[in-house]
Amino acid sequence: MPAQQIKFYQTGSLVVGNRLLDPDKRTVQADTHRPNALTSGHRACQGCGEALGARYAVDAAIRAAEGRMVVVNATGCLEVFSTPYPETSWQVAWIHSLFGNAPAVATGVAAALKAKGRTDVRVVGQGGDGGTVDIGFACLSGMFERNDDVLYICYDNQAYMNTGVQRSGATPPAARTMTTQAVGDEPGNPFGQGKNVPLIAMAHEIPYVATATVADLRDLEYKVRRAMEFRGARYLHVLVPCPLGWATASCDTIKVARLAKESGLFPVFEAESGEITSVSPIRRRVPVEEYLKIQGRYAHLFGDPPRTDVIAAIQAMADRNIRRFRLWTEVD
Amino acid sequence: MLRQMEGSQAVAESVAMCRPEVICAYPISPQTHIVEGLSRLVKSGRLTPCEYVNVESEFAALSACIGASAAGARTYTATSSQGLLYMAEALYNAGGLGLPIVMTVANRAIGAPINIWNDHSDAMSQRDSGWLQLYAEDNQEALDLHIQAFRIAEELSLPVMVCMDGFVLTHAYERVDLPAPERVHAFLPPYEPRQVLDPDDPASIGAMVGPEAFTEVRYLAHLRHLRALDLIPAVADEFAAAFGRGSGGLVGHYRLDDAETVVVAMGSVLGTIKDVVDERREHGERVGALAIKTFRPFPFAAVRRALRGARRVVVIERTLAVGVGGVVADNVRGALDTMAPEGPAPYLATVIAGLGGRPITKASLHDLFARAAADLLEPLTFLDLRHDLIERELRRERAARRSGASAENLLRDLATGGV
Amino acid sequence: MFQVRIHGRGGQGVVTAAEILSIAAFLEGRYAQAFPTFGSERTGAPVVAFCRIDDRPIRVREPIARPDALIVQDATLLRGGGVFDGLAPGAYVLVNTTREPQVPKTAAPGRVLTVPATELALKHLGRPLPNAVLLGGFAALTGVVSPESVRAAIREKFSGRVAEGNLAAAAEAYAYVRERLPSAETFTTLEAADA
Repeated sequence: MPAQQIKFYQTGSLVVGNRLLDPDKRTVQADTHRPNALTSGHRACQGCGEALGARYAVDAAIRAAEGRMVVVNATGCLEVFSTPYPETSWQVAWIHSLFGNAPAVATGVAAALKAKGRTDVRVVGQGGDGGTVDIGFACLSGMFERNDDVLYICYDNQAYMNTGVQRSGATPPAARTMTTQAVGDEPGNPFGQGKNVPLIAMAHEIPYVATATVADLRDLEYKVRRAMEFRGARYLHVLVPCPLGWATASCDTIKVARLAKESGLFPVFEAESGEITSVSPIRRRVPVEEYLKIQGRYAHLFGDPPRTDVIAAIQAMADRNIRRFRLWTEVD
Repeated sequence: MLRQMEGSQAVAESVAMCRPEVICAYPISPQTHIVEGLSRLVKSGRLTPCEYVNVESEFAALSACIGASAAGARTYTATSSQGLLYMAEALYNAGGLGLPIVMTVANRAIGAPINIWNDHSDAMSQRDSGWLQLYAEDNQEALDLHIQAFRIAEELSLPVMVCMDGFVLTHAYERVDLPAPERVHAFLPPYEPRQVLDPDDPASIGAMVGPEAFTEVRYLAHLRHLRALDLIPAVADEFAAAFGRGSGGLVGHYRLDDAETVVVAMGSVLGTIKDVVDERREHGERVGALAIKTFRPFPFAAVRRALRGARRVVVIERTLAVGVGGVVADNVRGALDTMAPEGPAPYLATVIAGLGGRPITKASLHDLFARAAADLLEPLTFLDLRHDLIERELRRERAARRSGASAENLLRDLATGGV
Repeated sequence: MFQVRIHGRGGQGVVTAAEILSIAAFLEGRYAQAFPTFGSERTGAPVVAFCRIDDRPIRVREPIARPDALIVQDATLLRGGGVFDGLAPGAYVLVNTTREPQVPKTAAPGRVLTVPATELALKHLGRPLPNAVLLGGFAALTGVVSPESVRAAIREKFSGRVAEGNLAAAAEAYAYVRERLPSAETFTTLEAADA
């Protein structure tokens, strides 16, 4: 069962919530003595979902590791904006190697610590969807297959944002990117098979897999904490909207993440050893249109005439998720 | 202890004596017996504490080594040919980060066409990656160089590639002297990293470096390579003192004192070359051999000194810079160019030989040396080239646009007897 | 230097034969170098392995073009297999067969011998692996290594029942060849007839 259910909906955000709670129930971020692994001064865009997600996730991991942690970061937005030469905003032992090898480097760090009898030091690998779903996929699968003692966190903003918004294997159908432009008969990203890495991680039957979004940061922290209770390979997939790439208002980051969940397009769940153990239900179901229309990357669907066929296909995907993951039950 | 054993096994034993803490393994011919040997040593408990990680690709192998080394562990892996290329990005990463990883490269040709036999094109392709490159002449030197490599790597904070000819050395059974483990432990103190991922003293490693400082970071690497030119002979001397035999160093001299013709080469072909040198010396020819044992950094001064007084220099290349010619020869020429004008510069001939595992025979070398001595050697020669096969293929290409895949055509000609 | 070339097919232990021979020479305090023609592992494909033996360190690495002794583990290779290429005058030829082997006219008659190694292997090992068996015959034919060294080398390579079986078969092959040697002088260690 995830974090304590808060009855007041306002307390899903930090604005009011934490102050109403007992200190021991507050988020790690609410604590003035938080690790602050990703400290201020980084160069993320205004409203960056990844900066928000990483700050919460890494601090929660460090807290769970009692301060003994090493972070391995893939090339990408997070790595670039957090280490603008000659500064670094990381206050944790941190290494960046290459784009496609973060899981393998993390495997190596874990192996070294094990050889040295220092398994008290925990290892977190992290990267964007590009580095995880595409170029780092083989290394990720290898790490899963060996059950290396690494928590890998994917911050999914659904495209190669750092290089200027190009399509990745995580880019959803119909989304506009610079390599799937909104022109022609099929504007935006084609409808392919998608690549559901959380399900693929579950197929590896690793100890713990979970998804989360930056709309529910307490849930994100909980999932990191829960993941750290396990040893072996663990995977966390976090939806982190990118105002630039999604063409959303920078103040809408949390809102659009919530809509992704509430529409059914982004299922939020936990799994252990390949079996789903909990699902975060949709509280107020919305049609996908409500989610799509506040993002400029889908603007071509709302032109004259609107692409109702495409929207319907996307709705069908959401419906399937809801059915498949039991995200929502209609009460007559 | 004297043993008659396979080169790969000797290397596995030697690496194990160096007590690596993390070994990452991905198999590729002809390196497989090395990683198999190490797997047995770790699994049986003979090598401990050591984490042996079976990874899913060479790229993963070196990447895991990067993580392990950055976390302060003595780290090792091995590869060849296509595998080395597949980890190319990580090679430069390790070189740039200054991580003292030691890797065996069982030299093998790079495809296409796919070829599993020995030449130097793999290591040559990565000569500017920032890794040191040491070349073993025989299996004794191969096992000795690994011990020296860990010393050199850790003192300099640079990764080191120990190159040994694939199959020719890896799969050859010969007599080797395995050192006593205690002696190796005395020679190799535990790894003390210059930089390390330490939760108690956190730092960021691998940040982006912009135009303001990138040049300086590269220059520091360059300086370390130049320092290696002093360190490598020093370590070789210390090794000789500790183990009682010469191994490694920058170059090796063979009957150079009054040599008019000097043959320059790297790796196992030197053995055959020495036999030919001896046979020609018996007939009064003043010929000698220069072994290049350290290719990166390139020992310009040592090569220059060795070639002083030579009239002709013949560089045997086990690689081809397509459209250009030699690679080692270019570096040798660089050494010759800086020679003080004490006389005419020696004539430099490049001989491309042994590509894709074609044996370099004594007969061919005798013929080659004879031509060199008679000043009949062209600046660029391809040893034992089948001109007939080339002619047939060129004719085919002139005759029709759809002439077919060259490699397959040549193989067919070879099988049916050629011209 | 004495150069031995061993011909057979993948799966018959040709490479192991060369290795065992090199170990036998090593145990006698000599230098030895053994290596195969290298290729993708394929059962049944022709395989050649080489072994050089000398009293000085062996530096040369080329394949053996002028063998002083040939061991043929599979008689089906005799036709068109290039088995006899470069055979030095007076070289020894030991063929695993129960029949009369087809050898070139250049082969010295007193130096060509056969041994039913596969049958001996089946008898003592239960498997048609003639490699170590033939080395027993080789020791008798050439005298280049002693039967004791071959025995010790087999013990290094194999263990348990496999070792015992090979030792018995090699011993019988040694006796078999000795009985059929044309004269006693071939017992002395012979050097290669090269320059």
